[in-house]
Amino acid sequence: MAHFTKAKNLHDWLNQRLAIDTLNRVLATEYWIPKNINFLWAMGMILAITFGLLLVSGIFLLMYYQPNIDLAFDSVNYTIMQEVGYGWLWRHVHGVAASVVFLIIYIHMFTGIYYGSYKNGREMIWISGMLLFVAFSAEAFSGYMLPWGQMSYWAGMVITNLFAGGSLHADGLVEWIRGDYVPAQAFLNRFFMLHVLLIPLAIIGLIGLHFGALRIPHVNNQDGEEIDFDAEAKKYLAGDKANSKVIRFMNDFLAKDMMVVGIFLILFFYLVFYHYDFAMDPVNFDPADGLKTPAHIYPEWYFLWSYEILRPFSTDVGLIAFAFAQVIFFLLPFLDKSPNAVPASRRGLFKYWFWAMLIDMIILTAMGKVPPEGVFSTIGLYAALTFIGLWIILPFITKFEKKV
Amino acid sequence: MKNNSRRGFMGKAFGAVAGVGAVASLYAMKRSWDPLPSVKAAGFTTLDMSQYKENELVTEKWRGKPIFVLKQTAEMVKKAEENPKDMERLIKIGNDYFLVCLGLCTHLGCIPGYNPDEQSFLCACHGGMYDFTGDVTKAPPPRGLDIPPFKVDGNKLVLGEEGPEYKKMLENGITLKA
Ligand code: FES
Repeated sequence: MAHFTKAKNLHDWLNQRLAIDTLNRVLATEYWIPKNINFLWAMGMILAITFGLLLVSGIFLLMYYQPNIDLAFDSVNYTIMQEVGYGWLWRHVHGVAASVVFLIIYIHMFTGIYYGSYKNGREMIWISGMLLFVAFSAEAFSGYMLPWGQMSYWAGMVITNLFAGGSLHADGLVEWIRGDYVPAQAFLNRFFMLHVLLIPLAIIGLIGLHFGALRIPHVNNQDGEEIDFDAEAKKYLAGDKANSKVIRFMNDFLAKDMMVVGIFLILFFYLVFYHYDFAMDPVNFDPADGLKTPAHIYPEWYFLWSYEILRPFSTDVGLIAFAFAQVIFFLLPFLDKSPNAVPASRRGLFKYWFWAMLIDMIILTAMGKVPPEGVFSTIGLYAALTFIGLWIILPFITKFEKKV
Repeated sequence: MKNNSRRGFMGKAFGAVAGVGAVASLYAMKRSWDPLPSVKAAGFTTLDMSQYKENELVTEKWRGKPIFVLKQTAEMVKKAEENPKDMERLIKIGNDYFLVCLGLCTHLGCIPGYNPDEQSFLCACHGGMYDFTGDVTKAPPPRGLDIPPFKVDGNKLVLGEEGPEYKKMLENGITLKA
């Protein structure tokens, strides 16, 4: 047994039992961050904080929400919005954060792609990040069901129908997922469970994995420079802070992180108080009606690009294209054959590939929102084909890239 | 050495017990997620077919899903007769012909709208179209509107039960099992 002495104070008492000084050193004061990283590296912290906002606002919504198909709509739109003191605040925070979190995830992802942060030992960071993206998507979808409005119902109908697998006609599987022939009470209850318990647990676990994956390869930097973290840390600890390429996570780097977070929070609460409606679909303010489809069904903006990849093709081809879009990002570290982990601007054809992919996804997003008619379907079709084509050529254009 | 093999055996024995337990609990989880018996039992609906008017779409409800009932006019029946496949989609009750189908697009399950002047259905979701017998005329839907299991009983129609007319439709590939 460890040797315990009479504690001099509370800090000492805890330190003997929990080694809080060691923890603080490993996690904060001697967790090394490269100096040359810009504000885009603060997106991770913003995501962590937004997740916290979702958790807290969700807990308050949970106290009045009723997971019952007859009561759910009113419990949200009447009880929480009208009766509960500041209920509207939790709902708007929750709704806006659910939408904004995807914007930040996409920035975080594209930052990683631009700087090659998924390569050469950082593959697990990327893969665990993509798993988080999938978990957040499932979380967003299951949460979207809960107010039990028209869009909730029909999104539930359409998305669960995807599991019939087109010509496979796995209708039994669809009914099994729903627990009924159509989205009904069983469906609402199980999605409620997924939204408030199972998926959040998975997300918390995956966040742990994502952070852990960072520990050994360390965070990448703006120049893609390979830093010897041990040597640089030694320099820093010896007092040569100016020449060391790294700084402490706390308090050095955290100051910059928190500055960005501060700006983000101001924008975030501006949205919560003045533009919360952008995150709320007007169709979802009609109660669910299984006998009436809204004229035009579309998902929230963050799913539009993958929805648009599904849409221009016949059912089976569409499903395959859709499945392709869901998994292909996972393979990025292995499809990018170049040895370089440097910013896209210093690489070969990849620099065009990066911007082409980004623009193509923006076009897909825009086309997913408009009705599938005339010239829009044509643009959508070509954008979907471009998306697939870009992934197919990626290994070839990166293979011939010279080492920089 | 003896110790090691004893530990190895205990490890394997534990693995076997845990494996059986894991499989059993997966099965229990699968069954818990199944639709409840009460949901499955409530799967029958009876329609009185004498109440419908020609070329007027009525939406009924069966298993929570919308069911389209469209009584055909004499002119529509004549048009359908030109194409035997269309005729097979209709249900004859007395001297009248009906289209009775699931009102869910076979693409992704939206509800198509009926236009009585053009005698066709349009699914606004992705632009799919069907004619008055529910046969698909414009993709993306891969096939005509599905016909629910039915049994003709005088001038009544029982949905959820498989009568001989329905079985024939299944055999001829007119509809899939809904
Ligand atoms: S759901 Fe009807 S065309 Fe897609």
